[in-house]
Amino acid sequence: MTDTSKHPLRSIRSADELLAYSLALETEAVDRFNDLADQMEVHHNYEVADLFRKLAKIEGLHIDNVKQASAGKELPALMAWEFEWEGGESPEGGLMEEAHYLMQPWHAIELAMHGEQRAVEFFRHVAETAEDETVVKMALEMVEEEEEHVALLKKWQERFPKPEEGWDEDLDAPVLME
Amino acid sequence: MTNDKIALQLQPKEYKSAVKPVWCPGCGDFGVLGALTKALAGLKIQPEDAAVISGIGCSSRMPTYLSTYGFHGVHGRALAVATGLKVARPDLTVIATGGDGDGFSIGGNHFLHTCRRNPDLTYIVMDNQVYGMTKGQASPTTEPNWERAKLTPSGTGINPFQPLAIALASGANFIARCSSSDSNGTARVLMEAIRHPGFSMVQVLSPCVTFRPEQREWKRSLIPAPEDMQRTPDPAEAARLLMTDEGVYTGILYVGDRPVYQPKLKSEIDNIATLDEEFRL
Ligand SMILES: Cc1ncc(C[n+]2csc(CCOP(=O)(O)OP(=O)(O)O)c2C)c(N)n1
Ligand code: SF4
Repeated sequence: MTDTSKHPLRSIRSADELLAYSLALETEAVDRFNDLADQMEVHHNYEVADLFRKLAKIEGLHIDNVKQASAGKELPALMAWEFEWEGGESPEGGLMEEAHYLMQPWHAIELAMHGEQRAVEFFRHVAETAEDETVVKMALEMVEEEEEHVALLKKWQERFPKPEEGWDEDLDAPVLME
Repeated sequence: MTNDKIALQLQPKEYKSAVKPVWCPGCGDFGVLGALTKALAGLKIQPEDAAVISGIGCSSRMPTYLSTYGFHGVHGRALAVATGLKVARPDLTVIATGGDGDGFSIGGNHFLHTCRRNPDLTYIVMDNQVYGMTKGQASPTTEPNWERAKLTPSGTGINPFQPLAIALASGANFIARCSSSDSNGTARVLMEAIRHPGFSMVQVLSPCVTFRPEQREWKRSLIPAPEDMQRTPDPAEAARLLMTDEGVYTGILYVGDRPVYQPKLKSEIDNIATLDEEFRL
């Protein structure tokens, strides 16, 4: 599993900017989980597809929260590639590469936990580097929220046995030929 | 063709078609698809003003997943089709996509001559150093000692093809290397490549997680080239960089200014009088 810590290249300067970043982060997470669900459906891994769909729904609720907090504000209008995430991708954006067509619910939750953990690191970095007190306070709240998600996912993961080594072995990979 | 219509700012998602990719989950090509949709959105190129042309291979499925025009053609012939299209329809943004097998084995000759000819198109090669679609044979860019292919269990023992150095020697006008795991960085490079007049060659190192799972490590091993080495207009300097960086530097590694190949269309030259002349008995 990849484990790159991703921080913005510079500090966040205003509450509006932080809201724009968290909106981008949550939106990317929803898109990624829906993409992953689609991929699992294509490969007939329906149990994990359902799980990713659920995770997308949960992340969607976070978007609603950020949208509520930004009501009436005009957030900086940035396109996906204009955000300055260290390593280039949003904390939950890089999850795609960790997928596998034979992955099991345990792996899906592990993958989601990695994303949440990176989000924790991101908001913690914002809190440590911001000069504006409102930004620091908001970022700390976001750290707390993301930490809660990590804890919840951990509990959820305990319901599934950790797959044994060799779970990804397949002598005939499902690649369609032309 | 006049282009006075308003360019709408679409979201990257709007450049995706309704067809869900059949790529293996984790495949680097998903990152390239994301980067290409971002680049098209960033440049405000309308889907109907772009055509994505490919050959055969997992990576060559790209046009199917886009809402632009597309042509999923014959193995190795993406550049021949793309050149023909660009010459006939210079108003279109033409992008060719494919893999290292498609582009450098069966399509190798087209690759050399497209670099040499310099039509205004962008070529995105998703290089995974393997034939993914046919289940894991060595390709021209495979390391000589890769021993996991069933056809070459002791490795190929053959020196790998150096696509970017060869592109430079053959006359490509814009040369870049990207990593599929940096989808936003790849999008920025693609925007420049598409804007650049002439043939832009973009090698995207894109892991085949099924037959070369060790390529997941590329995320860590690929690094941006130092700023002062990027965008050199000097081919000698670019050649030195490409021959010595062991393939790990990403970024825009050469930008040339050779004239673009765009022959005058017959429809631009001909008028009724010359046609009359041609058909005179
Ligand atoms: C004329 C012809 N020869 C051979 C093939 C078999 N074939 C299909 S894809 C492919 C190579 C694919 O490798 P690459 O272009 O690197 O793409 P990837 O699947 O790795 O993305 C080959 C040899 C074919 N389809 N047509
Ligand atoms: S076989 Fe390799 S290149 Fe083809 S879709 Fe799977 S991971 Fe990608």
